[in-house]
Amino acid sequence: MEEKSLYQPYLMRIAANIDETPDVKTFRLEFVKEDEGKSFSFKAGQFGEYSVFGEGESTFCIASSPTRSGYIECTFRKMGRVTKSLASREVGDIIGFRGPYGNIFPLDDWKGKSLLFVTGGIALPPLRCVIWNALDLRNNFKDITVVYGARTVRDLVYKHELEEWGKRGDVKLITTVDPGGETVEWKGEVGFVPTVLEKASPSSADTVALLCGPPIMIKLTLPILTKLGFSQDKIFTTLENRMKCGIGKCGRCNVGKYFVCKDGPVFTFAQVSQLPPEY
Amino acid sequence: MADKKIIRKSSLGELFKKIRSDGKRILAPVDRGGKILFEYVDSPGSIAPDYIQTTLSAKDTLLPRCEEMLRFRTEQKSVYLEESLNRPEPTLIFGVRPCDARSIAVLNAVYLINYTDDIYRQKIDTTTIVGVSCAKCDEYCFCTSVGGSPGDTAGSDMLLTQMDNDIYLAEILTDKGKAIAALAPELFAEGGDVDKNKHCADVPVRFDVKDLSKRLPGVFEDPVWIAQSLRCIGCGTCSYVCPACTCFDIQDETDGNRGVRLRCWDSCGFAQFTLHTSGHNPREVQSQRWRQRIMHKFSYQPDQLDVIGCVGCGRCSRTCPVDMNILQHITDILEVH
Amino acid sequence: MQDKIRQRAKELLAGGAVSVVIGYGEGSGNRVRAIFIQKPEDADRLILDDRCLQNLAVYLPKHEVRALGKPAIVARVPVLRSIQQLVYEQQLKEGDIAVIGVSDDGQVLDFPDLKSVGDFVSKIPLTLTPDEQAALKKLEAMSREERWNFWLEEMSNCIKCYACRASCPMCYCERCTVDCNQPQWISVPAHALGSLEWHIMRAMHLAGRCVNCGDCTRACPVKIPLALLNQRIIADIVDNFGEKAEYALAAFKPDDTEDFIR
Repeated sequence: MEEKSLYQPYLMRIAANIDETPDVKTFRLEFVKEDEGKSFSFKAGQFGEYSVFGEGESTFCIASSPTRSGYIECTFRKMGRVTKSLASREVGDIIGFRGPYGNIFPLDDWKGKSLLFVTGGIALPPLRCVIWNALDLRNNFKDITVVYGARTVRDLVYKHELEEWGKRGDVKLITTVDPGGETVEWKGEVGFVPTVLEKASPSSADTVALLCGPPIMIKLTLPILTKLGFSQDKIFTTLENRMKCGIGKCGRCNVGKYFVCKDGPVFTFAQVSQLPPEY
Repeated sequence: MADKKIIRKSSLGELFKKIRSDGKRILAPVDRGGKILFEYVDSPGSIAPDYIQTTLSAKDTLLPRCEEMLRFRTEQKSVYLEESLNRPEPTLIFGVRPCDARSIAVLNAVYLINYTDDIYRQKIDTTTIVGVSCAKCDEYCFCTSVGGSPGDTAGSDMLLTQMDNDIYLAEILTDKGKAIAALAPELFAEGGDVDKNKHCADVPVRFDVKDLSKRLPGVFEDPVWIAQSLRCIGCGTCSYVCPACTCFDIQDETDGNRGVRLRCWDSCGFAQFTLHTSGHNPREVQSQRWRQRIMHKFSYQPDQLDVIGCVGCGRCSRTCPVDMNILQHITDILEVH
Repeated sequence: MQDKIRQRAKELLAGGAVSVVIGYGEGSGNRVRAIFIQKPEDADRLILDDRCLQNLAVYLPKHEVRALGKPAIVARVPVLRSIQQLVYEQQLKEGDIAVIGVSDDGQVLDFPDLKSVGDFVSKIPLTLTPDEQAALKKLEAMSREERWNFWLEEMSNCIKCYACRASCPMCYCERCTVDCNQPQWISVPAHALGSLEWHIMRAMHLAGRCVNCGDCTRACPVKIPLALLNQRIIADIVDNFGEKAEYALAAFKPDDTEDFIR
């Protein structure tokens, strides 16, 4: 075969298969061809097109950190044709991956700053990549704070890692579940993310905020961040428009003059506020 | 400067023979019960004698309505990628109207800039465009408003303009065009130093496209989009007949343990286009989708890629089942203050 | 006739009975188009002549049209039939719309309610015109192989723009079968199989529902004679059940003893 075509995926073997919640899974994927794995690199914030051959492709971020080489991880919810089929794959099965695509969280620019992560539900995976990236380069950053909420305890993803972060002295982790979503053993907060964030009131001094979550959470959290002193260009997020090609050709993630796939998915809210409201 | 020659209409048969023996298939407009379609021909005798515009554009050859992206075979836990059967054949498209030839610049901008789409590149590399200038136009044509003209050479490798019944002016414009002329140099005679414009249709300029691009962001929230698109029924006809619409969908199909991944035309006019699996739709109603069509062609693409995503061929207006007339709507948008 | 329609539209709008009148107006060139009249003084833009063929019932479920408020609709017989069918299928109920009817002989008709629309069109049998019958005869005279090739050839032009679906008042599903992918019932791409599957599926979904307005054929940018498929089914229904067959699904009752229908 000649040079790899633009739409030709890497063949990836499922090396680990973790049930995060009843409908959310994480796969660890290793390159079938070792040389492809060696030359592969990506940065925090990028995504890919994951495929089940015969069913199609689905878009999600790379949830593992670029500091961990040799594999990538993805976390997805069983929703449509492709993700349902993906979820039925087992360790050892082969799936496809195209990527990495899109722009990045500019971690290099954030050296010496504090990082505040605010996220909810299934929106943790894109930030989990950044969190591990920052933790693996811990000396580059000052305070690292993570505020993470889910509807119920059952809906929290990466439970073991949350535990690990909670035990580390160099991360301030605040987890919360919606009222009524708690269990008797639950030791975290009970309440919605914006409320919990306001209560925790982290400093905005020399701090970058990363905010990913469902639209309603974002809508209610932005005013709190503003109140805490974060300007819109210091708050980063990822947009998640529907995509097919991932490289600015197929047209469907077009919002204003941007393609979310090619020019995003990482945007500051200063940029988002300039976009037509079509995301 | 283009090399200008003349060629007799009666010599086209001989030229077609030479092109065929050179290993190229020839696509040309053929009349099929009132629709003018690009079909394979061996001789110019099959070409539709009289038409303003083909029903579908030459896009169907460069970016087919459905084409293979990759081919695979699955065996138990293993997957094997197989060689794609989507290999372009050397092709000459004859009788492309200047507006359609101009649309190749839009296709190139989308498919060759940033990530090079090799499937498209192989097609465009092996395709020769022989344009034929327009002697006639209708009230739907507006090429001159978007930078083109009935005798525009952009996008053609060779452009023919009919001077009188048996004589064409042949403008040889690119290396591909030269290669065609070189197949039968005896058919191309001197005498091309003529004014072709008097043989071309007169298409009046109807609006200032730069002004439109500048004004569009300011009318994004205007009710004009709803008013215009109340009668739009949300089909994909405008996109699919458009020579410059490039959006696509990706679909897997299998037969036993073998399968293909296909790319097929898609349209921003469909509700499904942007619909998330969760049910959220960034463009929920038709007026937003109609606005996207106009914004994308006349504001976003000029911004992103420095091309206007419309060549003024008028097909969308001609074929729209509910008379969404793009020219009329653009002029109305320009009147919004 | 045109004057009467305008008059009726003015009354309905001025009296507040409806917020919008869906009718025909002059379009670009010599074309006509659907227009949506919201002010009594604009009612003079309404026209009705031989060019006015679009089945305006297609707009009744449209989100942005609904947002304008209660509509009145200019309705020739095919549109009246569509309204009857939409009532059968519980897509329209009494009070949802007002109807400015136009009979085949050009009389403007007043319908006090949707039941009277149904009563009126029920008396007009859905039969095919001599031209339509001749076209069907021609098709039936072909051998199976010839007929198969005829359709393959026609369908090879299909670009899956779904203008047939979008123009059809009976294709009101929020999510069409072709857009459902779990499972993928119909092949999406516009290749030979995908296009054939699509049109056969659509014809079957319209069996007993199609009012033969002809909009699918008129909307098709590549001129596939789609209505032939529906007309053949209409002819079969007339042959088997008579001209005044009731709509089967309208006769459905939750306590129906037949299992297959549930």
